[in-house]
Amino acid sequence: MSSAILLEHVTKNFNDFTAVNGLNVEVKAGDIYGFLGPNGSGKSTTLRMIMALIKPTSGSIKLFGESLQENRGQIMRKVGCIIEKPDFYGYLSAKENMKLFARAHLLNYSAAQYDALFSLVGLKGREEDKVKTFSHGMKQRLGIAQALIHDPELIILDEPNTGLDPQGIIDLRNLILTLNKERGKTILFSSHILSEVQEICSNMVVINKGKVVVQGGVSELLSQENLTVKLEVVNPEEASVVLQQSKWAGMMESQDETYFVFNMGKAEIPAMIDYLSQHRIGIERIDYRNQLEDYFLKITNV
Amino acid sequence: MNEFFAIVKNELIKTIRRPRSYIGFGVIAFICLMLQGAFYQDGKELLSTVTAQFDNIFNVQGNILNGNLICYIVLQTLIVQMPMLVAFVTGDQVSGETSTGSIRFLLTTPASRTNIVVAKWLSGLVYTLLLLLVLGIFALFVSRAIFGVGDLMAMNSEGLTIIRADDINWRWGYAFLIAFLSLSVVASLSTLLSCIMDNSITPIVTVMAIIIIFTIIGMFDMKSFDVIKPFLFTTHMISWRSLFEDPLPVDNIVASCAILFLHVVIFLGAAIFYFKRKDITN
Repeated sequence: MSSAILLEHVTKNFNDFTAVNGLNVEVKAGDIYGFLGPNGSGKSTTLRMIMALIKPTSGSIKLFGESLQENRGQIMRKVGCIIEKPDFYGYLSAKENMKLFARAHLLNYSAAQYDALFSLVGLKGREEDKVKTFSHGMKQRLGIAQALIHDPELIILDEPNTGLDPQGIIDLRNLILTLNKERGKTILFSSHILSEVQEICSNMVVINKGKVVVQGGVSELLSQENLTVKLEVVNPEEASVVLQQSKWAGMMESQDETYFVFNMGKAEIPAMIDYLSQHRIGIERIDYRNQLEDYFLKITNV
Repeated sequence: MNEFFAIVKNELIKTIRRPRSYIGFGVIAFICLMLQGAFYQDGKELLSTVTAQFDNIFNVQGNILNGNLICYIVLQTLIVQMPMLVAFVTGDQVSGETSTGSIRFLLTTPASRTNIVVAKWLSGLVYTLLLLLVLGIFALFVSRAIFGVGDLMAMNSEGLTIIRADDINWRWGYAFLIAFLSLSVVASLSTLLSCIMDNSITPIVTVMAIIIIFTIIGMFDMKSFDVIKPFLFTTHMISWRSLFEDPLPVDNIVASCAILFLHVVIFLGAAIFYFKRKDITN
């Protein structure tokens, strides 16, 4: 698979402050790539450098194998983005705003195409309203429309679900998955909602203090980590005896009248369920904390 | 090229649709109508007081309170206000978008930063031209409709010059062209400051501060000021007045226009140079 984004030794200094320090990141074409980091980690600076809003102090940025510095105009035809909060011209309607962006990309959209675009982002019926009357969530939806208007190959979404209601978050998740799976779009996705990242991203990079902390496949990285697993059973007394004799006894962190808490790898869960079934222990509920959250907090030392 | 025209069109649409763009037209119309009303009411009395000092030298006959004189007075009055109205719109073009964040979308389109600045500058010039057209309509044509046409008694530093009514239209034409060039300097300076600064108000205030300081320097005949006066664009912004002198100081007018044009090139060049290197961090 070819690289959609390739950052090599990218550094950005603001006077004496180094925001990004020798960053090496590769996003393969066709991937949904999570881009994570705590506040002030250099995440936004990196995304802005990828979008040519900020010039790197040193290093090289290539998109689709071409140097961003040398071919910015051509590259931008293939890239759509939301960088932080979407800001539009409040005195214009949503449709007029989109017309500006369509014109800047030399697109001649038909009325039907605008209808389809507004339907896609859930703003059908509001396209003639002035943007200054929009809520943050609606502006976010319009930002997504703007990012998609020129049918880009690479979509960079920086905190796209900020301000979206639960339905909006689900819609966005489905949209990202559809764009990736059915239309082959590469997506670089940054979010503080780690469950979303875990759910939709195949690969991820975590940066902190301007440096890569970890990079790789989401499931591969997380499979190496233990979970906090909470097990509720129908017959806790019997279960306690059975579990104490099992290989998971050493992984048990605590137990209550109705539940047990383990620290174990995700791969252990099916085996433990089988073992409890064989010993006729009824399972009421099995739950585990979002793994990426724990992993993120651990590797970024937050 | 198509891409460039597309963003110029976008900039013109934004300028046209912004409510603040219309404040300038309203202010010009109001000032012109206010002065015309005042002169209609008290103009003859005022002029008789002024012309009384020349009674021993010559007799004034005919309609001296005419549209040409009113236009001349209005243009003199608006010497500070017109740059302010231009800066009010052009000073906000880049910095306003930087402060609201919409500049991010603009800069993630295929358009180059040079084209974006030039497109904004061009739309600023179109706005400036429209302001001058409104000024021309109200100051000259409405004044002529109210007060009629006649010879112009132009008072300047050299004294009093009488310009015959049949020799004046071409002078007005060139005067408005020079005014356009002068205001283009203001628009270019505003664009430069707008590229440098990140909020919408500071470039406007800074442009006005520069014009006020330079104008004050130009008002005083002092040796230390005389050295720098030729290099101040404000010195040349009033060169349109020279068109109402007899004989016409052509060399001075051409030199002033060249200096104004040079200022436009320098300010726009600096704006492009700075903006191409600017990091968009907000």
